[in-house]
Amino acid sequence: MTTISIKDGSITFAPGTSDAEIEAAARAATRRRKIQVILWRIVVLIVLLGSWEISARNNWIDPFFYSFPSEIAARLWEFIQEGSDGSSIWVHIGNTLLASLLGFFIGSLIGIVCGIALGRNRFLSDIFSIFIKVLNAIPRVVLAPIFILILGFGLASKVAVSFVMVFFVVFANAFQGVREADRAMIANAQILGASNWQVTRSVIIPSAMSWIFASLHLSFSFAIVGAIVGEFIGSNRGIGHVIQLARGLHDVALMFAAIIVVLVIVLLAEYVMTLIEHRFAKWRPPSASDAQA
Amino acid sequence: MATAPQTQSPAIELINVSRRFLSPDGKSFATLNDFNLSVARGEFIALVGPTGCGKSTTLNLITGLGKPSSGEVKVMGEPVRGIDPRIGFVFQADALFPWRSVLENVVAGPKFRGEAKTSAYERAHDWIARVGLAKFENHYPHQLSGGMRKRVALAQTFINRPQILLMDEPFSALDVQTRVLMHEELLRLWGEAKASVVFVTHDLEEAIGLADKVYVLTSRPATIKAVHKIDIPRPRVISEIRYDKKFIEMSRTIWNDLKQEVQAGYAAGATPT
Repeated sequence: MTTISIKDGSITFAPGTSDAEIEAAARAATRRRKIQVILWRIVVLIVLLGSWEISARNNWIDPFFYSFPSEIAARLWEFIQEGSDGSSIWVHIGNTLLASLLGFFIGSLIGIVCGIALGRNRFLSDIFSIFIKVLNAIPRVVLAPIFILILGFGLASKVAVSFVMVFFVVFANAFQGVREADRAMIANAQILGASNWQVTRSVIIPSAMSWIFASLHLSFSFAIVGAIVGEFIGSNRGIGHVIQLARGLHDVALMFAAIIVVLVIVLLAEYVMTLIEHRFAKWRPPSASDAQA
Repeated sequence: MATAPQTQSPAIELINVSRRFLSPDGKSFATLNDFNLSVARGEFIALVGPTGCGKSTTLNLITGLGKPSSGEVKVMGEPVRGIDPRIGFVFQADALFPWRSVLENVVAGPKFRGEAKTSAYERAHDWIARVGLAKFENHYPHQLSGGMRKRVALAQTFINRPQILLMDEPFSALDVQTRVLMHEELLRLWGEAKASVVFVTHDLEEAIGLADKVYVLTSRPATIKAVHKIDIPRPRVISEIRYDKKFIEMSRTIWNDLKQEVQAGYAAGATPT
């Protein structure tokens, strides 16, 4: 086997080596590389967390402000077991998640419908594009206090913040996706006999789908940002509320613990989204990034 | 074989058609000027001309996707209003729906037109078999070769039983060997369907091999420079007639016509439309 070497995709081997041997060597090389990558990732993680821990314990950075990994882990465990502010962790997560999901679904649904409608209608898009541009220039989170004032401390105000975070991103992508639809393909459908609505359904929407999905990935994290910002400003439950409370108590470890909870939720949501996308996109050639994953 | 009975109106007629475009900076320029063309029923004609001379524009006018600025376009004796269901179109670019399987691509036309599901699928299976892709019904376009995708496009078009078939450089992206196979496939399907064909191409050999008449267009704005009748008997075997003496002579004559226009087109800095 030592006669075969594989480097950057080019193979050198001694004459007389069989295909099976080369393939086996290639497989082994791929596996070795994968393991190396994973090992190095672990090393980087340990170095980062380790230096944080050591710096804080030796008072090179103030542990009161920066906390440190072992304390955060302990605090996270306590949070999971005992909850915070009189509610269990699941109530907090449930509140944040419910607001994000509602904002996400309503926002993307209306975003997609508006994006496609304006994308298909030149006149409407000429009229409304200026309004959307102006509204889009407002940093969405500044609307949070207004929504709290109008809709109160409950769920509705968080959903509303989440909604505006999601809507514009999805809208812009759906609109662009419609505009990018292949003209030959549209003409083909028309000549094959498709009505306007059939063109929209069988050409425009499927070809806008990849744009829309790209935005859905991003916008779910936006939805959570919206819900948490809403909770910062006024609420008595939710992860955002926990972080706000922990800030008041100078409980930095709990703030980090809550951040970790949010992080896990977003990663899980991304994962689910990717699964759904793969189901919808089985017609697409596998891309290089899919092959690696 | 291409002579239609005198009582019938031509399949396609363009009478004194002009088409003007507005460029993005608001200037108006003509792609067609007093253009006249008549295609008899069952006739196969080829349009050749310099790049960007308005060949695709002509096809667009016949489909009804574009409207003439002046003059009249008639299909089967009636003025064109909107997209005529008797027309089929094969595109230069890949216009298959990539998210649909071969079967769903071919069945698209009949389904758009509201045909009953069972008969639509029955005919789709039949057409897929006719272009030799029965084993690939459930494949997606990206899993097929360029030649196979073109055959799907032919089945997708022919299933609608077009009486007029418009083809815009349909095989220009294929390699030479595949292209010859596709020519033979096309002539076979055309022989069965008896449609009138307008075939736009850059490739003189392709035009002469396939068509009853070759129209040479001038550079923009396009008018007809010459019409060459191709009296090579059918059925033709494309892979062999290329070496025919008559074929070579004809290529030379038509190329002489075309050469001047191509040079004129270059001089004018024509761009593809």
